[in-house]
Amino acid sequence: MKPAATALALILTAAPALAQELNALVWCDHTDPALIEPFEKKWGVKVNLKEYEGTGAALSIIEQSRPGDWDVLVIDGIDVPRAVAAGILAPLPVDRLPYDTLFPEVVMAETHVIDGQTWAITEKFGYNTVSFDKSKVSAADLADMTRLWSGDFAGRLAVYDYYLPVMGLVAVGLGLKTADLTAADLPAIEEALLKLKDSAASVGEVVASQTAIATGAVDILVGGGEWVTAGLVSENPNLDWMIPEQGAVRWSQSIGVFAASGRKDLAVEFVRHVLSPEGQAALATSSCYWAMPANRAAGEVLTADQKAALRWDEQAEYLKRAQLYPAPDAALDAAMQDVWTRFLAR
Amino acid sequence: MSLDAAEARRAWALTLPAVVWTVAFFVVPFMAMAALSLWQRTAAGLVPAWTLENYRAILGEPAAVRAILNSIEITLTVTALSVVLAFPLAWIIAEEVPPRWRRLALALAVLPFWTSYVVRSYAWSLMLARQGVLNGWLEGIGLPALDLANSRAATVIGFTHFFTMLLTLTIYASLTQLPPNLRRAAADLGAGPVATFHHVILPLTAPGIAVGAFLTFALCVGDYVTPQILGGGRDLAAAQLVMLNLGRRADIPMAAALSVCLMLLVTLAYLLLARFMRAPR
Repeated sequence: MKPAATALALILTAAPALAQELNALVWCDHTDPALIEPFEKKWGVKVNLKEYEGTGAALSIIEQSRPGDWDVLVIDGIDVPRAVAAGILAPLPVDRLPYDTLFPEVVMAETHVIDGQTWAITEKFGYNTVSFDKSKVSAADLADMTRLWSGDFAGRLAVYDYYLPVMGLVAVGLGLKTADLTAADLPAIEEALLKLKDSAASVGEVVASQTAIATGAVDILVGGGEWVTAGLVSENPNLDWMIPEQGAVRWSQSIGVFAASGRKDLAVEFVRHVLSPEGQAALATSSCYWAMPANRAAGEVLTADQKAALRWDEQAEYLKRAQLYPAPDAALDAAMQDVWTRFLAR
Repeated sequence: MSLDAAEARRAWALTLPAVVWTVAFFVVPFMAMAALSLWQRTAAGLVPAWTLENYRAILGEPAAVRAILNSIEITLTVTALSVVLAFPLAWIIAEEVPPRWRRLALALAVLPFWTSYVVRSYAWSLMLARQGVLNGWLEGIGLPALDLANSRAATVIGFTHFFTMLLTLTIYASLTQLPPNLRRAAADLGAGPVATFHHVILPLTAPGIAVGAFLTFALCVGDYVTPQILGGGRDLAAAQLVMLNLGRRADIPMAAALSVCLMLLVTLAYLLLARFMRAPR
């Protein structure tokens, strides 16, 4: 055990009442016991997890909490600057994290390193694109993304209820760059979205989206990807995903430590656990959703079948064809949420 | 001290706990929410702007108006359906079921209350799914499958199942208090079953119907879970819009303004139904 870890273990043993619990605000994939229990056993602590979906929801929870309530935050990679600007995150000890084995394309230094400090580290990534049941529809049918809102699949598709990836995906389908989106692009995106809604049998969050396609309620999930199908493919081999000709959106989630945490050392150990090969393998194959681990060292732990389901060997090509989530400023974000509200109310 | 003064003091003493409770847990929170609805959400956080801007934004945003109208339409449909279904059910329990089975019949009527709201909604989503139980039955007898899942119809069905049982209880309570000799007197005076129902039974059970209808309206118009699970995101109800503003935008003042609008709807429903809640003399 390294000196810092030894010191932390001594602190925990000497003052158990001070560090019996760690509070983490996370996406649902972190609630899998396969990820959490080894950490709890190793450090003799209880990890309390609060699930959320969407950075807005996380910021709302943080705003309604007291300083020090939270220790660890999982957040969309593109939203790290927002969290830093709000004073939510603490700098990470870069020398104690496995940067040398991260996939270089997902390090995202442009959003994670601010004023010379690193505030979060990428832990998992994947794609918001199109999942489908290949017994009902073929990849060739979906090659042109604009067909999704043409009415060709009316009543046969569901839409993932998260405005950033789906609006980003529609933007890609319209030939726009997600990084360059402005308010002027929103009318065209809204027009396509409203047509998409007219064809949608349902609009739902993570679990509802998975259920919709897994139960055969719909044939296509817009905004889906490996995070929907990889974990279900052993039960239903017909579930698949693809990237249309226009491309797709890459999502990336990161993990950091709260600036107001009173247990920063333990929180850093949790980050190290999640980024370890074993932690990454457990996170990649979480019961809530599967996706690629950011640390390629997880490849030593994942089985061949798991890597096949994640399309481990095809990542270089996928990374080339996908654009990052849109990263709107506050004004554009509010305008995008207004569009999404109109989409939901349609 | 006079007897009247002592009685009045005793009445106040007995009422005081309820008044304190209502003020502490309804009036004060409601006033706080109404005050918060006049604040503004800015990039810097919540600002006590004391403006009607959130209300103007609601009226100026077609999606918000549509969400409120959706809630009104769903609630009125559910209330009407529940009354129509609950009255005969309450009548059968009160008049047709032998007294020794009545308690069991009532227990069966309130059975839906024993399960949680979320579980009940998910159970309905399984029933109504494209490959669900209902379509299995329909296809089994050679009928075409229905596409009810993830729709307003599914939301209405889920709500109606629950509120029919609630209304059954309030209408049953009114029916059991009807003196049987009133119906006999109506018959002696030549009134047929329809006239007796229209001129005797309906007016005397109106308070039970009105109370149940009001409870249905108040609970349905502000419900988030049922449209979220059964509606499948096809319609946006006002309560879902409140949650969107709270959960995704951290816009508490806008959520408060929408909640005040819902409270105004409930108040309007009360004012419309209040005159039916009093027992006729």
